[in-house]
Formats: sequence, C-alpha cells, structure tokens
Amino acid sequence: MIDDDFHQDVASTLTLDIRNLHTHFDTRAGTLRAVDGVNLRIKRGEIVGLVGESGSGKSVTGFSVIGLVDPPGRIVGGEVRFQGRNLVGLEEEALRQLRGHDIAMIFQDPMMTLNPVLRISTQMVEAITAHEIVAEDEALERAHDALASVGIPHPEERLRDYPHQFSGGMRQRVAIAIALLHNPALIIADEPTTALDVTIQGQILAVVQRLVAERGTSLLWITHDLSVVAGLAHRVAVMYAGRIVEEGPVDEVLDHPMHPYTAGLIASLPSHNRRGTRLAQIPGMAPPAHDRPTGCSFRPRCARATAECEQDPPATTPAQGRSLRCFNPMPAGSQGGRA
Amino acid sequence: MSGAMREQSPFRRVVADFCANKVAVAGLVTLVIIVALAVFASLIAPQNPYDLAQLDIMDGRQPPGATSMDGLVFWLGTDDQGRDMLSGILYGLRISLIVGAGSAAVAGIVGSSLGLAAAYAGGRIEAAIMRLVDLQLSFPAILVALMILAFIGKGVGNVMLALVIVEWASYARTARAAALSERAREYIEAAEGLALPRSRVVFGHLLPNCLPPLIVIGTIQVARAIALEATLSFLGLGVPITEPSLGLLIANGYQYMLSGKYWISFYPGIALLITIVSINLVGDQLRDVLNPRLQR
Amino acid sequence: MALWLLRRLVQAGFVMLAMSAIVFIGLHAIGNPIDILISPEADQAERARAIAALGLDKPLWEQYWLFLQGALHGDLGRSFVFNEPALRLIAGRMPATLELAVTAVLLSVCIGLPLGLYAGLHPNSFTGRLVMTGSIFGFSLPSFWVGLMLIMVFAVTLGWLPSSGRGETISIAGVGWSFLTVDGWRHLLLPALNLALFNISLVLRLTRAGVRETLPLDYIRFARAKGLTPGRVIYVHVLRNILIPVVTVIGLEFGSTIAFSVVTESVFAWPGMGKLIIDSINVLDRPVIVAYLMITVALFVTINLVVDLLYTLLDPRVRLGGRR
Repeated sequence: MIDDDFHQDVASTLTLDIRNLHTHFDTRAGTLRAVDGVNLRIKRGEIVGLVGESGSGKSVTGFSVIGLVDPPGRIVGGEVRFQGRNLVGLEEEALRQLRGHDIAMIFQDPMMTLNPVLRISTQMVEAITAHEIVAEDEALERAHDALASVGIPHPEERLRDYPHQFSGGMRQRVAIAIALLHNPALIIADEPTTALDVTIQGQILAVVQRLVAERGTSLLWITHDLSVVAGLAHRVAVMYAGRIVEEGPVDEVLDHPMHPYTAGLIASLPSHNRRGTRLAQIPGMAPPAHDRPTGCSFRPRCARATAECEQDPPATTPAQGRSLRCFNPMPAGSQGGRA
Repeated sequence: MSGAMREQSPFRRVVADFCANKVAVAGLVTLVIIVALAVFASLIAPQNPYDLAQLDIMDGRQPPGATSMDGLVFWLGTDDQGRDMLSGILYGLRISLIVGAGSAAVAGIVGSSLGLAAAYAGGRIEAAIMRLVDLQLSFPAILVALMILAFIGKGVGNVMLALVIVEWASYARTARAAALSERAREYIEAAEGLALPRSRVVFGHLLPNCLPPLIVIGTIQVARAIALEATLSFLGLGVPITEPSLGLLIANGYQYMLSGKYWISFYPGIALLITIVSINLVGDQLRDVLNPRLQR
Repeated sequence: MALWLLRRLVQAGFVMLAMSAIVFIGLHAIGNPIDILISPEADQAERARAIAALGLDKPLWEQYWLFLQGALHGDLGRSFVFNEPALRLIAGRMPATLELAVTAVLLSVCIGLPLGLYAGLHPNSFTGRLVMTGSIFGFSLPSFWVGLMLIMVFAVTLGWLPSSGRGETISIAGVGWSFLTVDGWRHLLLPALNLALFNISLVLRLTRAGVRETLPLDYIRFARAKGLTPGRVIYVHVLRNILIPVVTVIGLEFGSTIAFSVVTESVFAWPGMGKLIIDSINVLDRPVIVAYLMITVALFVTINLVVDLLYTLLDPRVRLGGRR
C-alpha cells in the first residue's frame, strides 16, 4: 500500500523511464546488441549524464527514446515511458508529434546538424510550423526571440544567414535555440560540446544550464567526458557494452565509484593524475557489439574479475539512490576524490 | 580483414570478390561466349556473308526460319542482299569487337603513357597535357568523332583513329590521378632514393600500381567504343559496306523496318545490346572489386 | 562576382580561339583547302576567284587572320548544296534541335528525378532494384537502336505515333515550333524520349546516390528530430541538396544532348541541325561542317558559363563564399 503510493508519486514526477531497453542491429557480421537491457529514470528538471566510450551504446539509447534508430537497427524489447506513456511501438505520426515538441535533441557536430542550403530562418520556422498553426511573421518573431535567448547577437540579421556563415559555437547555439522552441519536457543532448573548443564548450554548457534551470526541462546529456558531467549533471549513469553498469548522484559516484570500470574512467582523467606520473589507463579495448563475452562484459579488462563474473551480474542497490551491476565492487573509500 | 583474408594473394582475392556477384559472373560468361563466337565466326557461320558467290539475291529479305534455294535454313532471316543474318551478325560482331577493343587498347597505351608522364614530369608538361585532356573531355565523344571522320573519311582504320582520339583523354586523366596518389607513397620515394632510372620507376613501380583503375576504365571504354562505332556506322560515317559491323547491319535494315521486316535491324541490335551490357556488367563489378575506397 | 564573370568570359574567348585554330589547321592538314572549301564542279575562273576571295595565296598566318575575321562577321562560307550562307542555314535549323533537346532535358528530369528518389528511399525493394537495373540499360543501349525500336513498337506495330518529321508547326517570330500543336507533340514525343534516355538514367542515378548519401547525414536526422513530416524532410531537406549536382550535370549534359541529337534526328528524320550536318558530311558540304563546328563550340562554351552561374546561384556556400 505504502509502496504503491510511493510508486505513484515517483511516476508522476518522472519525465523519462527507460525499462529494460534492447536495441539491436541486424548486420551481416551478426546481431549487434547496441543497447542490451538499459534501465534509466530522469525526473522532471533533472540533468542526467550518460557516460561511456564510443560504441558503448549511449547514443543509440538516446536515439531509441525518440524512435530515430534507422534500419537495420530496431528496438527489440523494453519500454520507453515518457510522462507515463510508452513510446515503443507508437505510430510514426504520434512519435513525430512528440519529436521537437515534447522531446528535443541536440547533436554532436554543429557543423553537420544544420542543412547547409537552407536559411536559419527557414530551418527555425519549419520547426515551429511542424507542430503549430502559426502565421509566418509570428513564427519568425519566436525564432528571433529564441536566437536572442541563447545569446546570438543581432538575431534579426542572423536569421537570414546560412549555416556556413556561423562559427561552430554559434551553430550549436542555433541548434539549442531550435531545441528549445517548443519548451520541451526533455532534451537529449548527444555529445553537444565534444566538437567545440574548450572555451566555447564552457559557454555552451553555461547557456544550457541556465535555460534548463529556468524552464524546468529534463536533460539527458550523453558524453564520453566525465569532467563535463561533473560540473553539469545531478546524476550520472555509466554505460559499458550496451548496459548501464553504475548509476547514482554525480558527487557520490565520482567520489566513491563502485564499479571497477567507473573507477578506471575516473583514474584515467588527466586532472586526476599527478604531473610526471604515467597516465592511468584501462587495459584492453571494449568488446565489439557482436562478440561480447558471457556474463560481465568488462570481465576481460577487469583486475577484480573472479569466476563468478562469468554469470550476468544483477542490478543491485548498494546505497540509497545508487545502482550497480558488479559482483566485486571496489572497496569503500579506496578510489575517489576529485581534485 | 581477418588473418585468413590477408594470406590470400591479391589476385585470388579479386577473383573471389568478383564471383560474389552472380549477375557479374553471368556477364563474364556471356562475354567469353561472345568473344569465342566472334573469333570462330568463319567456322560457325553457315555462310560467308562477304563471299558474293554464296549469296543469292532471290533469297533477299526472307523472314527468320525460311529456307534458301539451296536448302540452307536462315534462322534469323536474310537482308536485302540475300545474306544470312546469323552469319552477318557473327562476322559483324568480329569487326565490332576488333574496332572496339583495338581502339581502346591503343587509346589506353597512349593515354596512360601521357597521364603517367604528366604525373611524373609535373610543371609545364603536366599543365599542357592536362589542358588538352580538359579540352578534349569538354566536348562529347560523338561530336569529336563525327568531325574527325567528316574530314578524313570513313574506313575501319579511320574509325579506330577517331575512337583513339576520343578516348585517350579518359585514360590520361585516370592514370595521372592514380599515379599522383601512388607517388605520394613511400615505396616510390624509396625507389627514387635508390637512384633507380626514371623509366624504371615509372614502368616498374608506378604503372603496376596504377593498373586497377586503368583496367576498370578500359573495360568501360571498350563498351563505349563499340557503341560509338555502331552509332557512327549507323550514321554512314563508320566502317565501309564491304566490312559491315553490327551498326552497319542495323542501318541496312532501317529502311525495311517501316514495312514490318524488323529482323534485319532487330537481331544485330540484340547482339550489340548483349555485348555492351555484358561488358558493362563485368566493368561495374571490376570497379567495385578493385576500388580500394569501397572495400570494407 | 563581376571579376569572376570577366575572367570566365576571357577564358571562353580563349577556348573559342583555340578551337578555331584547330579547325583551321585541320582544314590545312588534310590537303589543299581549296578542294575542301570549293565545290569540285567549280570551273577554273571560279577557283581563281575563290582563292583570291579566301586569301589562299597569302601566307598561312594571314589566312588564319582572314578566317578569324570572317568568323567574327558571321561569314563562314556558302553551302554548295543549298547555295546559302552556311551560318544562316544552320541558324534556320537550330530551333528544331533546341526544341528537341529542351524537351528531352525536361523529360529526363520529370522521369529520372522521381524514379531516383524512389530507388534512393527504397534501395532494397524490388521496384528500387528494377529501376536501377533499367538505368544500366539506359546507359548501355546505343541510342540509335533504341530509336529504331521505339519506331518499331509505337509507329509500326501499334501505330500510335508518327515515325518521322516535325508535324504541324505554329510560327512565332518566323520560326516554326512543334510543341504548340497536338500533332507537333505527337511527332515530338518519340524522338524526345529517345534523346532523353541517357539523361534519364543519369539523373536517376545521381538522384539515388544523392538520397543515399544525404539520408544518414546529421542534418537530416536533426530535421526529423525537430518533428518535421517525412514529406518535408524529403522534399525540402533532401531534395534541395540533391538539386545542386542534378542541375549542374543536366546543364553540362545539355551540350551532349544537342550533340547526340545528331543520332536521334537521323533516326526520326527530325529536320534540325543534326540531320543537316549528317547530310552535309555525306555530300561533303564542308563549309556547313566548319560552320556547324564553330557554332557548336560557341554553344558549349556558353553552356559551361551558364551552368557555372547556375551552380553559384543554387549553392549558398559558393554564392556567399567570399562574404564570411
């Protein structure tokens, strides 16, 4: 009874609830299990960092949420509950109405996300009129305000420009402005600062952080860069070989990682290493998605692996608000401490 | 990609990759049959179509399957001279193939040499050669060939000359591009470092490694040459009436087509079509197999 | 922009000059140009007069100068057959050829673009593969034979369409046009289709390749992530990008289309300049051949210039390249 109430309460504040998601790619080399049983929850207004190496399935997870996985990829199992509604198996038209309106996306390379042969105004106005019946000049007005809100100078002039007339950072601001046009409940950002210079990266992070906080938008920030997550996210989920191996509040996970992979990631951050010493690194490479070992996929690279690890490690809750998939977690207090 | 693949010789790999496409293999088999038919035309053909003594004007314009005065069956009918179309096609095929392959070979040698020379010499020689290539390629082949033949007149040799002039530029451009990218590689530098003679570097090292793209271009150019020769002959500017190629056979039947005697044009056309399509199928697959950019 | 245009115009002038030199040298290389340029039936007095008129008694460089001057004044000799200035003769036939070529280009876009879009969006479907296989035939088939087959099927066997001529024409500004009458269209359809066949395959393949290349790009995904309808994604975002190479290639191929109309016009007895040039070659009417060559070269140079301009207008990255 109490349990049920608790669940009701949680469900009502959850923006996104991914349950046991499987997204596979059928290729000639075999079936690639890009996403292999992912569970992830994002509350309203919460920023979650999804961290992993390239090929870990973090981007595919993001695309799966809004049904933009292209063939030969397809969602073969699980649920994506958005505001309580399961999006898996939804009609394409129903998904389209959600895209850009309730769930927006920002992509990695700002040089590639805007169509080079269409004006910025065209690309912004069409994003508005795809969901609302608005007069052209009103749509332009809104596009103008959106550009101003992300800090683009002279928006009325820049609207008439083409993407190649913007710098990379400015283009990413345009993309963010487009994503925010309809005040979506959730934004999925797929490595949006990776391609930018460090100084620009900081500016973009600040813009996103401010706007998301102002509007109470939930944010799923996909990245391979733990240091970005450290300054931005409330919670972090670490993904390895199609699964989330560890999840929890960002400070706790970074200070006291429990999964050996998380610990390895933190240890290999340059800022964590002392000058003059060798950079710590995780030995070996992530297994290819069509040829993963049984049990824990991290097993071949893990110093703590035992015979037990040949079984699938179940998801456990080692502490309040944290989850873990590991038989031999790191001893408490052994690794940690961001500088 | 795997170890087993790497152990194969390049040639074995090309053969294996080529055979992966059934349509291309069918094209290759057809092509081999066509070449054999053309080579052994004089043995296979029921009649020598150039020997006027064997022709009887009374047998003119017989439909397919008709029988001659001497009891010979005209499987594909006869033309206005009473010539057996099947024999005419086999002999015509021979001329078409000789003209097509011959001109492509000469153009290939001339063009590749100039292309390699351009790549290797650089500077003014390269600029001059490539300007000429650009000029040549900016005009359609049919126009250039037409004009050349308009001035020098028809004949097998003249047609081949015109085709060579039309075709050399493609080879030159391909050879130069391939050579430039090959030249940047280390082994050429090594050969130069050893102070090997220039000709040896070009022909011993550069050329063999530029061959794959040239082979691909060559295959496609043979098909183009055959089609162009047929077109020129159809227009009355190609081979003389005494040595009819497939194009000329088609042209001869043109005037009878309106009266419903389709076979005089139709069957040579089919032969031409099968020849060109099979060469193109082989060429397409060769391009896929030999193009390193497309290899996964 | 003005500078660019000026530079292109100078370049075009050089190409024309080079071609005129080649033609001139070609005329001399073959033999005595007097035999080429003057009717063999001409008597001795006529020959002498022509030699003087053409300046064949002067040194070679001066002859070339005279030839150039003649070309600039639009005087490239008289046709022996029609006894008319060669240039005027060709100009009179040009509208028929242009009508045919333009119709063929329009046909190739109207047929090639939708088929290419379909093949690009459904690359593994049966129809998609069928379309691609068909395009191989479009490339491989010699166009004169296709023309014959079109006549055989539609004119002889089915009797739906006429096999030759322009049909009824309506005259505008002293020039007859077939596309203004129903009968003219019936005559125009088969030759235009015949001439378009290669370009249909070309447009189809370009479009398909463009679609395949564009679809996986991030900006298409982003357009979909914005919630745009599939129609808008394809017809605005994908198509706008494909149009650039398609228009460029179509433009560049326009010259080839005119050149290849030589074949189509011969098959369908279409009275354009292509038919004229073949007839002239067969009767060795050389002034007409030279004039045709010079006109075609001028046409090609103009087309290349126009295509460059169009390309610049279509692609903002090129158009605004200098402004950044």
